[in-house]
Amino acid sequence: MSRPDAIVIGAGICGAACAAALARDGLRVRVLEGHLPGGGVTGAGMGHIVVLDDNPPEFALSRHARDLWDAMIPQLPPEAECSPCGTLWVAADQEEFDAARQKLARLTGAGVRAELLDPAQLAEAEPNLRPGLAGGLLLPGDSILYPPLVAQWFLNSSPLIEVRRERASTLRLDAPVRILATGSQLDLLPQLPIKPRKGHLVITDRYPGLLNAELVELGYIKNAHGGAAESVAFNVQPRATGQLLIGSSRQFGATTAAVEPHMVRRMLQRAFEFVPALAQCKAIRTWTGFRAATPDNLPYIGPWPDDPGLWIAMGHEGLGLTTAPAVAELLADQIAGRATAIDPTPYLPARILA
Amino acid sequence: MRELRADLAIAGGGPSAIAAACAAAERGEQVLVIDRQPAPGGQIWRGQTNEWHERFRRCGAQWLGRAEIYDAAPGMTLMAQAPDGPAAIRAGRVLVATGARELFLPFPGWTLPGVYGAGGLQALVKSGLNVRGLRVVVAGSGPLLAAVAAQLIESGAHVLRVCEQAERTQMTPFFRYVAMHPEKWLQAAELGLLLAGRYQTGVWPVAARGAGKLEAVELSSGETIRAEALACGFGLVPNVELAQLLGCDLAGDGFVKVDEKQRTTAPGVFAAGEVCGIGGVEIAIGEGLIAGGASASLDRSFRGVLAAAFRLRGELRRLPQPSTYVCRCEDVTWSRIEPFDNWREAKLQTRCGMGSCQGRVCGASLGFLKGWPPPEPRSPLAPVPLESLASE
Repeated sequence: MSRPDAIVIGAGICGAACAAALARDGLRVRVLEGHLPGGGVTGAGMGHIVVLDDNPPEFALSRHARDLWDAMIPQLPPEAECSPCGTLWVAADQEEFDAARQKLARLTGAGVRAELLDPAQLAEAEPNLRPGLAGGLLLPGDSILYPPLVAQWFLNSSPLIEVRRERASTLRLDAPVRILATGSQLDLLPQLPIKPRKGHLVITDRYPGLLNAELVELGYIKNAHGGAAESVAFNVQPRATGQLLIGSSRQFGATTAAVEPHMVRRMLQRAFEFVPALAQCKAIRTWTGFRAATPDNLPYIGPWPDDPGLWIAMGHEGLGLTTAPAVAELLADQIAGRATAIDPTPYLPARILA
Repeated sequence: MRELRADLAIAGGGPSAIAAACAAAERGEQVLVIDRQPAPGGQIWRGQTNEWHERFRRCGAQWLGRAEIYDAAPGMTLMAQAPDGPAAIRAGRVLVATGARELFLPFPGWTLPGVYGAGGLQALVKSGLNVRGLRVVVAGSGPLLAAVAAQLIESGAHVLRVCEQAERTQMTPFFRYVAMHPEKWLQAAELGLLLAGRYQTGVWPVAARGAGKLEAVELSSGETIRAEALACGFGLVPNVELAQLLGCDLAGDGFVKVDEKQRTTAPGVFAAGEVCGIGGVEIAIGEGLIAGGASASLDRSFRGVLAAAFRLRGELRRLPQPSTYVCRCEDVTWSRIEPFDNWREAKLQTRCGMGSCQGRVCGASLGFLKGWPPPEPRSPLAPVPLESLASE
């Protein structure tokens, strides 16, 4: 490829989706990746496609993205291990059940399928949850997949995409369109307010049938978006293989990727409070990754004001896999000068200069 | 979590571990030996007792059996899953005497019921498996094959053939070494008599056939032998994972690097036995004694002889077919792995080596097939109950 029409920096799920979207528009795209495609935070994450509705822009983006995934999932290879297991938000007490009720109203009001479960229905849906929980909210349309393979699938989707295994050391690259999608690697544009937020995960041996849906405590939202330096929340995912992927932890200010036993302990103890049978399951691996967190919990998607031709797809925190196709579409539409499917304003990076 | 303390903690319970434990405990050190097996002796002395068992019993070392070391924490702490729960072992020094395991190479049918590891089948027989009348082919490489065949014959199995992949000419230094060492010569002569007419060199299995279970073994010579069991192993690879987790460097040949005192490159960490090189029980005992603080005269030259005599032939790299499983834990076939040129990417895209064996099997076979260095070990080293990871 001589001079490409676009250069995407970073071959995580977001960069790869952007490359695929631009190639669909006929652009010749070069992707620069200093590591392995899907080998950064994409490979470290859970692979959960989930509609989140904590605020309207997040809801709009994740919901639209899920629709885009729904159209793509039938084309994915079986190795992508897509499983339409749904998300089950678990309410530990009446306050959380009330929150579930409000969530139900918001979701169904916007046309997203969701079902409120009373304690008996919850126990029937997930017999291994402990008794005495207040209920749950099931989103049957959410699903899970294996992200690195999907990132590679995006990159393979068009002959117009060329992947170069080199690390970009500057944003001054020779192409009319440049997209920055480097996850929690922030050195190329340090002005962008993003903080790495470390997370731990544990995966078990195979226990098919122990859990059915991806389980998340409703307290997750306050834990995930609170500003605490360290927090944990119950989140377990049944992989298509029968393995259980257990999260989640959030830490600001962590300097190394080392697994920290005290965080693993807190995270697992939280998980046992909801699913006591987990205590006997065997762990086979633990690891960490760094999410890219922004001060207002919204990603940066759009043109960078100071540098014409530079576009940003950064700061997705824990939602990068979910939103990748919508992020890619938003950018491709704006680059092509088309109308966008959702309002791009809340995500514009220019907001940090205001 | 339960806490145990020792001057010397020994990971492993084979000959080098026992020798080290005796040497150190007899000098008044507090010694704790941690091993997966219920009783001391390792693979080689499984189910038997000898003078070392007696000496070990008297030396005052503590034995923690049925225990799996799953992690190492800073400050010389080993985490072990014992029958009564997890334990944190804080030690002044650590000796890694974790031995070696068999190398399996993937060929069509190697995952069929009836195909065993050679050493694995031997261990089953030692533990009481009845093989009387069983029609067995023993194949692969290394002196273990003959020992396994002898054990099987002694237990009443019909050993139809013992196939050694190395050519006889390549094995000459081995025979010469054996001829010069009376105790080895005697053992070899007995085995030679027992296996006469059945031991074949320059031949290896290319496929295991059968519907649902093994029915026949296809050999590289073109011959097909009807058999109910195939005991197969292509030599031994060292269990270096704990040493690596403790920060020990490996030598170019993949074994733990040690000096003349069995010190590794990690301060306070020693290594002895097969984890430092495949050479048999005499070297392992000598190294164990040295690591335990005693002196021993030691000739390690047999290691080099073995490595050269049983070097694996290049043709074995062509054994796997596209549909042959390479990673049994994650069901990854050779066709999916073959295109990759490095471990990290193969793992990321196929999850090869990321199942419950932690890449112990496919990591070793891909080391040979692809020349990839073994994957970096990560905690936990072995599957461990979540409640152990969660315990304070």
